Amino acid sequence: MPKVTIDGIEVDAPAGSTILQAAELAGIEIPRFCYHERLSIAGNCRMCLVEVEKAPPKPIASCGYPIAEGMVVHTNSKMVRNARRGVMEFLLINHPLDCPICDQGGECDLQDQALGYGMDHSRYAENKRAVPDKNLGPLVKTVMNRCIHCTRCIRFITEVAGVPDLGATNRGEHMEVGTYVEKALGSELSGNIIDLCPVGALTSKPYAFVARPWELSKTDSIDALDAVGANIRIDARGNEVLRILPRINDDVNEEWLGDKSRFSLDGLKRRRLDRPWVRQNGKLREASWAEAFDAIAAKLKSLPGDRIGAVAGDLCDAESMMALKDLLASFGSQNFDCRQDGAKIDTSRRDFYLFNTTIAGIEEADAILIVGSNPRREAPVLNARIRKVWSANATPVAVIGADTNLTYPVTDLGPAPTALSSLFDGSHAFARILEDAKRPMIIIGQGALARPDGTSILAAAWRLAAKFGALTPDWHGFNVLHTAAARVGALDLGFLPGPEGKAFESLVGGGVDFLWLLGADEFDTMAIPANTFVVYQGHHGDAGAHRADVILPGAAYTEKSGTYVNTEGRVQRGFSALYPPGDAREDWRILRAFSDVAGKRLPYDTIEALRARLEKVNPIFATLSHLPRFGCSDQSGPVGDPNVLSYKPLVSPMQSYYQTDPISRASPTMAACVAAHTQPALAAE
Amino acid sequence: MDVVTNVGERGEPFEQPASFAFDAESEAELAKIIAKYPVGRQASAVIPALYVVQRQMKRQTGSAWVPVKGMDAVAAKLGMAPIRVYEVCTFYFMFNTKPVGKYHLQVCTTTPCWLRGSDEVTEACRKETGIQGWGETSADGMFTMTEVECLGACVNAPILQVDDDFYEDMDAQKVQDLLAALRRGERPKPGSMAGRQASAPAGGPTTLTTLRFAPEK
Amino acid sequence: MLADKDRIFTNLYGLHDPFLSGARARGDWDNTKALLERGRDAIIQEMKDSGLRGRGGAGFPTGLKWSFMPKQSDRPCYLVVNADESEPGTCKDRDIIRHDPHKLIEGCLVAGFAMGACAAFIYIRGEFYNESRVLQAAIDEAYEAGLIGRNACGSGYDFDVVLHRGAGAYICGEETALIESLEGKKGMPRMKPPFPAGVGLYGCPSTVNNVESIAVSPTILRRGAAWFTSLGRQNNTGQKVFCISGHVNKPCNVEEELGIPLKELIEKYAGGVRGGWDNLLAVIPGGSSVPLIPKSVCDEVLMDFDSLRAVRSGLGTAAVIVMDKSTDLIKAIARLSKFYMHESCGQCTPCREGTGWMWRVMTRMVEGRAEPSEIDTLEQVTRQVEGHTICALGDAAAWPIQGLIRHFRPVMEERIAAYKARGTAQPRLAAE
Repeated sequence: MPKVTIDGIEVDAPAGSTILQAAELAGIEIPRFCYHERLSIAGNCRMCLVEVEKAPPKPIASCGYPIAEGMVVHTNSKMVRNARRGVMEFLLINHPLDCPICDQGGECDLQDQALGYGMDHSRYAENKRAVPDKNLGPLVKTVMNRCIHCTRCIRFITEVAGVPDLGATNRGEHMEVGTYVEKALGSELSGNIIDLCPVGALTSKPYAFVARPWELSKTDSIDALDAVGANIRIDARGNEVLRILPRINDDVNEEWLGDKSRFSLDGLKRRRLDRPWVRQNGKLREASWAEAFDAIAAKLKSLPGDRIGAVAGDLCDAESMMALKDLLASFGSQNFDCRQDGAKIDTSRRDFYLFNTTIAGIEEADAILIVGSNPRREAPVLNARIRKVWSANATPVAVIGADTNLTYPVTDLGPAPTALSSLFDGSHAFARILEDAKRPMIIIGQGALARPDGTSILAAAWRLAAKFGALTPDWHGFNVLHTAAARVGALDLGFLPGPEGKAFESLVGGGVDFLWLLGADEFDTMAIPANTFVVYQGHHGDAGAHRADVILPGAAYTEKSGTYVNTEGRVQRGFSALYPPGDAREDWRILRAFSDVAGKRLPYDTIEALRARLEKVNPIFATLSHLPRFGCSDQSGPVGDPNVLSYKPLVSPMQSYYQTDPISRASPTMAACVAAHTQPALAAE
Repeated sequence: MDVVTNVGERGEPFEQPASFAFDAESEAELAKIIAKYPVGRQASAVIPALYVVQRQMKRQTGSAWVPVKGMDAVAAKLGMAPIRVYEVCTFYFMFNTKPVGKYHLQVCTTTPCWLRGSDEVTEACRKETGIQGWGETSADGMFTMTEVECLGACVNAPILQVDDDFYEDMDAQKVQDLLAALRRGERPKPGSMAGRQASAPAGGPTTLTTLRFAPEK
Repeated sequence: MLADKDRIFTNLYGLHDPFLSGARARGDWDNTKALLERGRDAIIQEMKDSGLRGRGGAGFPTGLKWSFMPKQSDRPCYLVVNADESEPGTCKDRDIIRHDPHKLIEGCLVAGFAMGACAAFIYIRGEFYNESRVLQAAIDEAYEAGLIGRNACGSGYDFDVVLHRGAGAYICGEETALIESLEGKKGMPRMKPPFPAGVGLYGCPSTVNNVESIAVSPTILRRGAAWFTSLGRQNNTGQKVFCISGHVNKPCNVEEELGIPLKELIEKYAGGVRGGWDNLLAVIPGGSSVPLIPKSVCDEVLMDFDSLRAVRSGLGTAAVIVMDKSTDLIKAIARLSKFYMHESCGQCTPCREGTGWMWRVMTRMVEGRAEPSEIDTLEQVTRQVEGHTICALGDAAAWPIQGLIRHFRPVMEERIAAYKARGTAQPRLAAE
């Protein structure tokens, strides 16, 4: 490792590091606008200039200059300060003085750096440049006068998102960042350019003029709108979520967040269940908690355990599912299910239903097979990892399923599961690629599992993984990509039919007389037979509430402390950023309170006690945030006949990205996204 | 053909064709062009391909310009993202992103030409065509007048470039004569309008006068 | 004075056939195979010994540049010829291309062979449409004659020559911008390192040379480094095509020895300054990028790299722009500022923002609509651009203004004073 001296501090930095990176190792921060560690190096802002001894007598852009043994760098010399002052002055001459009405105010890199390198007055006596604003769709607002042409947004959209809509047209001082032909950004990750923009050129359209950053209370949490478990920060003011931003977690979402997870928050204020309701004479009427509880208790007590059941939905935290299961089990029920899509999952071993390679592990894969999944829609942040490994290594990717643009080139193996056989018997050329791969990966989606032949597909995928060396002691290349944040947690805590229990189809098909829907909305609730008494506990007046006989208003993921297990099996915990609206309460508390009324008191009074119960049920819940990498120690596969594969095309469960759950369906912003991508005037061509 | 109306720099409307397809002549040219570059490097052909579009528009409409659909056609042909072609097409000055007149008058006004009278050339062009500002097209659609930067023929300044041809050693009278000829449908031979031998000094070369070359066997 | 027999570009004015038979008659393609048979190292050594410095403006030793190419490479190597001649005042490569194209093509083969390149890409500026047709025709006949292509000149070496037209962007004369453009992107310069010899065209080792540097190389090899060094001055060897434009009686291109006195160059070849030598105001001696020199300097200065550097200007492309006493010098330089603003690629901050700022202030300086203190501000702005950009365009935009202020500050001050004297009763809008 070359040794360099930066501002008198000696530091050993890995060969190939840039001066800027070496300076970071030495604890010296060099100002920058265009440089971003997750994007290619552009070197255009010139803010990171430093002085290097025995180099040409002019400052050097540290972001792109490789270190060499014995190099002596000054980051704060007179030459450097002069150069940075000059750059800052240039950046400001055409930058509007509109900070008071700029949404970036208070978290603006240009403001921050101007404090250190700006002048107290402008020497620029000419007219400032006027640049037309661009319409990039419903999410990203532009004020292009503020653009400093760092090109971070262009590089992100091109390199990370892989949907190259943005560019810089014209040249010189007329250079403009935009789409040239007006269109809504086509990427599901487009909101990240707002975070990347170092100035107020790109800001959040829904958040425009809503708040200043210092007014917001910030709460670390976990996204619940897909199964990736992106780490987020919830910015709230009073009892309102105003903004959701990604937090950095290199193992999960790096620093990206999908647009749905970022922008659905206006759905948190709409169609909310803020008081209990009870159906009387066929009509729902407002009720008190006591009335609602009494109605449920009365029904429940009249039934034997095998006529009682519960379905857990996609956004549920593990705690409330545990409490519900314990509650109904105390009535003798074994009828639980969390698979509203009817996915065929073998829960006998955890690695039969996890994304075992891990998200970060995708970067080590050297061949990828995707079966029945559209990761771009189902998990855009995870899809960005696949694109990342493809960008770095041209990793071959093949898809069995619908032929869509995943943002990287794929080998299309056709839509039918039978393609698994042609890989197994080697008759398709991609078999050779899997064969030669050292670390092959198979990703199987819910589109492959949630169908009658799901067990066969699962078994066939596993068999293929075993054949091609994806299941070794140090590499587990078999992966299930879930779409629901609640799913893995539910499987881990056993929200599944007991030995005598009934599964989802039966629960919603008249197999029980009492059905408790815990945030379960993703099926045809109106098809539940009329004589089934339905309790809906959840936060939105969506499909489940419509069919309910009693509605118990619960908390959305932003309003409760909850544990979620992502598709990798990573246990993560979110914290409540605000209170649920009106009479709504945290879900586990509702269940705990009801258990008293029902005379079946749950044995935990605090969330800590409930979590202790979870850990007892499955010790995995004690492994918060930490996910050990593991290989595959047992090659024997899940239940199912891998030879019975059908020609029926695989279809992703997600036909639209933007509206997939009660929150995003209630979001006007998400509705606007759907419109933008379907309206001819704004539609991408 | 459906059209989309766009607005130029000065607010003047112009129509973007709703479609563009390479004709047989363009396809043949493109095949030759793309073959010049290494396999997988066909993006190198983007500038030549945009020229192909511009020439085809000239053939088909009489105006040499590149509509958005033409850029899209290039992107599709070369496997590039359309935005990358938009970037290129708007970066390089020789691509006209809106229609131009039948003759594109490009007046070099950079210092070497200015020292030799480019103001006079500009004024004469204005007078002859009735065009007021740079980038505008004459009312009869015959001429578009563009201010261009150094054309690289400075010892023959001032230069008036008409489409692809350099007319050198210009003055007001020569502009008048040239534009009159163009209006008549003539295309005077490009080069020095003062009758000089290329870049040799007026009155004939003062060097290279003593050499005699044996004809090639 | 250079004798005609020592001139390399014997068809500079296009009096003779530019094509193969004419070129052969002038000695081109004369046993090129034998040149190649000397081997790569010998060719590079001869070029180094000749002292040839790049003719595109920077004056980097050509042989040394060639030697940076890897001796062994598992990737293809490329020669890239910079025919994007766009520096105001400069029109020498145009003559080589249209009148002596075979010197360039033969030079491509020889230089390409010496650096182990499999092909040469000649990037010609888009405006040289007619010139490109001549060059393409010459390339076609060279292929036809087996001089390039498979087994070029019977040497056993395969070598392609590809002509690529630009489309109107001065910045593509910068070598890395040229490479970007050739790859089908905007002509935006790359950061260096890596240098093209390591990572160039298509990520492969590449060398970018000016047309003239390449076109003189076969003759240097034929006549030997000793001949070449016998011309010119030490460290400034050989001959060069000079372009003399502006206020002279007979503007022209002429090939002369490096180190010829500027006054002799103008008087002998260009018919003298309009109105006589004493009517001279200033000269931009090396293309628009180099600072101007006032008459007092012009009286004595020699036209070579080191002599002009010593007077804080440069030889650049040896494009001599002559301005007599009728010239509004501020306006002449302001027009160059406009040029650089127009041609800035816009990539990096100091150039994108600074070129526009400089031009706007210069525009006011032309009128005198400024404060005297703004001359200092302007000077400081040029210093803030200079040396802070990715490529040298920022420097090129800064230097002409620095030269103006250095030598003609009183003229600027007078202009301001005159404007003030006229009173402020006539408010005027900023130009454009």
